[in-house]
Amino acid sequence: MKSKTVEIMDEEGIKRALIRIAHEILEKNKGAERLALLGLQTRGVPIAERLAAIIKEIEGADVPVGALDVTLYRDDLSHMRHHPQVRATTVPFNVENARIVITDEVIYTGRTIRAAMDAIMDLGRPQVIQLAALIDRGHRELPIRADYVGKNIPTSRLEWVHVRLREVDGIEGVTLGRSLDRAADDE
Amino acid sequence: MDRNLIRIRSLDREDITKILEQSKVFLEILDRPIKKVPALRGKVVVTLFFEPSTRTRMSFELAAKMLSADVLNFAASTSSAVKGESLKDTALTMKALGADYIVVRHTHTGAPEFIAKQGDFRVINGGDGFGEHPTQALLDLFTIRQKLGRLEGLNVAIMGDIAHSRVARSNIFALNKMGANVRLVAPPTMLPVNIEKLGAEVHYRPDAILEDTDVLYLLRVQTERQKDSLLPSLKEYAELFGVNGDLLSKFKKDVMVMHPGPINRGVEISHDVADGNDTYIEEQVRNGLVVRMAVLYLLEGGKEAAHEAVS
Repeated sequence: MKSKTVEIMDEEGIKRALIRIAHEILEKNKGAERLALLGLQTRGVPIAERLAAIIKEIEGADVPVGALDVTLYRDDLSHMRHHPQVRATTVPFNVENARIVITDEVIYTGRTIRAAMDAIMDLGRPQVIQLAALIDRGHRELPIRADYVGKNIPTSRLEWVHVRLREVDGIEGVTLGRSLDRAADDE
Repeated sequence: MDRNLIRIRSLDREDITKILEQSKVFLEILDRPIKKVPALRGKVVVTLFFEPSTRTRMSFELAAKMLSADVLNFAASTSSAVKGESLKDTALTMKALGADYIVVRHTHTGAPEFIAKQGDFRVINGGDGFGEHPTQALLDLFTIRQKLGRLEGLNVAIMGDIAHSRVARSNIFALNKMGANVRLVAPPTMLPVNIEKLGAEVHYRPDAILEDTDVLYLLRVQTERQKDSLLPSLKEYAELFGVNGDLLSKFKKDVMVMHPGPINRGVEISHDVADGNDTYIEEQVRNGLVVRMAVLYLLEGGKEAAHEAVS
C-alpha cells in the first residue's frame, strides 16, 4: 500500500506542548492538591510521567502517576474473535475524591475515554475527571471533549496519526499519514 | 489460543506463557473494592459438574462473575442426569440455552472433547476421569513462578497417588513444556507403568530428592480408593510419605510445599506443615481465580469462528 506521511510535531514541539498543558492543569485545578495523573496504556503513561515531572519543577509538588489499561472496558470486545492481551493497571493513589487527569496521546472517537471513565468509576468516586491529549484529531462519536490539548489536527478518517515517544518507541515525533491508494481515496 | 482448553498436552510453551502473563495482570482486580470488570458481559458460562467438586467449581463461577458473565450451575446429582439424560442431550440443552462457555468435570476421560463436538460453545476441562485438569496445572505453574520467578531448570517433585491423578498428569506435561525437571515420588502401586516416558524421574522414597528439590507438590491420598489395596494402610503411607516437620526439615531450606486440595491432615501432610510458612495452598486457591479469568478471557470465540471444526 502506498502512503504519504508528514511530520507535524517534533521533539521540541512535544516538549513545549506538555509544558503548556502542565501550566494549564495547575491553573484550572488551582494548584496540585489532590491532583493525580492517570496515563492510558501505552503512550499515555510516559505523557503522565513527563507532566508530573514538569509540575514538580513548576510547583515543587509530587503528583502521583498511575497507568490504566481500558481493554476490559472496551465496547467492541464481544465483536472480537481474539481478545487483545490486557496490560497492567496500577493506580497508586486513592481514587476517592481525587482530581484525576487522564492522559493519552491522541483523542479520536472518544470511545477509549468512555471506557477509561467507566474503569475509574469502578475504583472509586473521584471529585473530577479531566482529559489531557497530546493530539486532538476530531471525529468524535461520543459527547466527550479534552480539557487540555497539545495540538488540534483536523484529519480525514482515511488518515492516521502516529505519536512516537522515546520511552516506548525509542524515537520522538508526531506524523500524519495518508494512504495514496485510489480505493481508499474513493471511500 | 485455541477455542477450547481441554489438554495441557495440546498447548505449547507460548500459549502457557501467554495465559500466565495475562493472569498476572488480573491480580490487580482481586484487590479492588468492587471486584468486577465488564469484559464478558452478556456471555453465559455453564459449569457442568458430573463429579463432586467444591473449589474448582466455585473458582470457575467466581472468576466468570468477576468478568461479568452470567453463570449457570449444573450439578449432576440434582439434575436430569439422575433421570438418565445422556451427555449428548445435556450438551444440546446447554446449546439451546445459549451457553457461550461450558466448564465440564466428568468421570469419563474424553467427555470434554465429546461435548465440544455438540455445539459452538467454548469448552474448558475442569477435570476428566484419569485424563487432565489443565487449569489446576496452570494455577500451580503461576504460583511457582510468582514465588520463584521462573520455571526453567527448577526441580519439582510430585508425591502421592500419581496413577489416579489427572492433576499430576497435567502438571507433568505443563512443567516439562516450561523446562522444569519433574520427579515423581510414590510407592510402586501408585505409579503407572512406563510413566517415566512422559519425561520424569521416578523415586520410590522421598530420601533421594531431599537436597535439591525446589517445589514439593503433594497429592491427596484418595482415601475412597483404599479398597483398591494400593496401600497396606493410611498409617503406613503417612509414615513413609507423609510430610511432617521432621521430614520437611531434611529438604532444602525454603522448599515450596503445594497441594491441590482438599488436604487430608495427618495423611499426606501433617497439621504443622499444613499451617506452616512453607505451604502455598491458600495462594494456589487465590491464583486459581486469576488463571481461570485469564483462560475465560483468552479463549477465542465469536461468530466468525462458529464454522470451524472443534478439536
